[in-house]
Amino acid sequence: MQAIHVARRFGVFLLIVWLAATLNFFLPRLSGQDPVRTKLLAQAALGGYVQTGIEDMIKVYDQRFGLDKPLWRQYVTYLADVSRFDFNYSIANYPRTVNEMIAEAIPWTVGLLGVTTLVSFGLGTFLGALLAWPRAPRWMAWLMPPLWALHAIPFFLLGLILTYVLAFQLDLLPIFGGYSPGAMPALTLEFGLDILSHAMLPALSIVLVSTGGWALGMRGMMVTTMGEDYVTFAEAKGLKSATVFLRYCVRNAILPQVTALALALGQILSGAVLVEVIFGYPGIGALLFQAIRENDHFLIQGIVFTVIVALGLATFVLDVLYPLMDPRITYRRS
Amino acid sequence: MLDLIRYVARNRSLLAGAALLLALLLFVVLGHFVVDVDHARALSVRPLRPPSWEYPFGTDRQGRDLLAVMVAGTPLTLRIGFVAGLLGVGVGTVLAFVAAYYRGITDTIIRGIADIGLTVPGLLVLIIIAVSIKGSLSVNQMAMVVASLAWLYPTRTIRAQVLSLRERGYVEIARMSGVSGPGIIFTELMPNMLPYLAATLVNAVSAAILASIGLEVLGLGPIDSPTLGMTLYWVNFNAAMINGWWWWWTAPTVVIVMVFLGLFFLTVGLDELANPRLRRSV
Repeated sequence: MQAIHVARRFGVFLLIVWLAATLNFFLPRLSGQDPVRTKLLAQAALGGYVQTGIEDMIKVYDQRFGLDKPLWRQYVTYLADVSRFDFNYSIANYPRTVNEMIAEAIPWTVGLLGVTTLVSFGLGTFLGALLAWPRAPRWMAWLMPPLWALHAIPFFLLGLILTYVLAFQLDLLPIFGGYSPGAMPALTLEFGLDILSHAMLPALSIVLVSTGGWALGMRGMMVTTMGEDYVTFAEAKGLKSATVFLRYCVRNAILPQVTALALALGQILSGAVLVEVIFGYPGIGALLFQAIRENDHFLIQGIVFTVIVALGLATFVLDVLYPLMDPRITYRRS
Repeated sequence: MLDLIRYVARNRSLLAGAALLLALLLFVVLGHFVVDVDHARALSVRPLRPPSWEYPFGTDRQGRDLLAVMVAGTPLTLRIGFVAGLLGVGVGTVLAFVAAYYRGITDTIIRGIADIGLTVPGLLVLIIIAVSIKGSLSVNQMAMVVASLAWLYPTRTIRAQVLSLRERGYVEIARMSGVSGPGIIFTELMPNMLPYLAATLVNAVSAAILASIGLEVLGLGPIDSPTLGMTLYWVNFNAAMINGWWWWWTAPTVVIVMVFLGLFFLTVGLDELANPRLRRSV
């Protein structure tokens, strides 16, 4: 039974991948644009640096896409290319491939988002649980209003404010980029600290905003859970306060939080894209911004596709792992 | 009327949200009398003046009076959010009722699409759509682009709400009395859903504004319009932060924070109205 569920869930994942690829293929064509030609002609008109590459590029594109072939052949070829994660050359940065550029940016984004999401989810869930707990310290109640207010603000706006205060006025942290200009990327403590200090501001703006959201959600779930009979029973049995809190309340209230996490990944990523743009952080978001500025359709499509697949995979994994957290779910048909 | 006032006085969140948004509205309306809105265009005033009596919010590098930009741009951004949110909730409501009331294969398909659509990062799909459209977008096109995904979340939440409502006793009685499907939807379910729909609408407007500002900051917005997001795009474009032109980003930031806080408190207040059980427990 378990296997069937996993297989079905994987089917949904494949469906998402196929939809993303199809969207990528047809949307630009619906508008009647020919991004390759347009871009190449624009570049040629500039008479700039890619002059020498143009003929090569057109040849490659013609072969790759078979632009003379009927649309459905192009579509099939495109799907085949995409399934191998082959997104062709970057239009604006020839002869670099889209793949190379994405591969360079991904570690930055995964690092930033992975850490901030885990920290804010953990911290927010813990705070939220305590906020609902009657025996929590009194001063905790004061945390609510600021958490609420911060939660309503977009990541990147808080980023702007933090930058001004912490980086511009107080000069505590670097304003821009992923590491100091001129610093040699190497596995040294110095470079590590440099990266860390550059990541602080973007990370802080994401954590401060999203912690409030998780706290709000967890608090709501805790309030409901604490009204359950089994909690009253556990207290009546005289169990230790900590046991009731952790094993009875939090253990149950945390389940919907995990579902919410799977659903929120897309939103978090959308927000993080803008944070990277504001801070010039060298991840996927900043690369996307650069691609939009340079009208680099292949790079844009490659990034969007990669991100959708990555998030689809993350959701799939969370979904498959969910029964481990909630033993009541066995995916047996009732 | 008195009841309403008494209720609003008790529902602090509703009060705070409404007050913030009314203040913004007042600012925009009064602003149109005080400021020459044409100064929201580039090259109309002296560039890069810090706030002064003449230009209370300062001016930007391209010669826009930032007060005029705020007065002209705030309603534009709100309009994008409102149009997209309204379309999203409208389409979402219809789909949700169809799915939840008729169940079966229709429900499976609608729910499937909404569920899958929600796991995809919306901003990225919007980027692909915006990039695919030729030329620069107008404010209304912007609203349409944002609306193209705005129905997903309302569909999902309203469907869940309808599913719980349709099992209630009064719906059962209506059904047994021979009221038709649409009849039950419009006379029994809709009226009870109104506060909930209002909360969903405010939520959708807020999400739409967030999405539109996101697209604009990336440079995919209406280039000639002084919306709040475009102002931030120019801030970023000219590196105003590093150059110390603090007034340039202060004004849009304050207005955007007010918009989001106002909408957020409004949702919380409306949730409380829609779901009286929250009143006791929180």
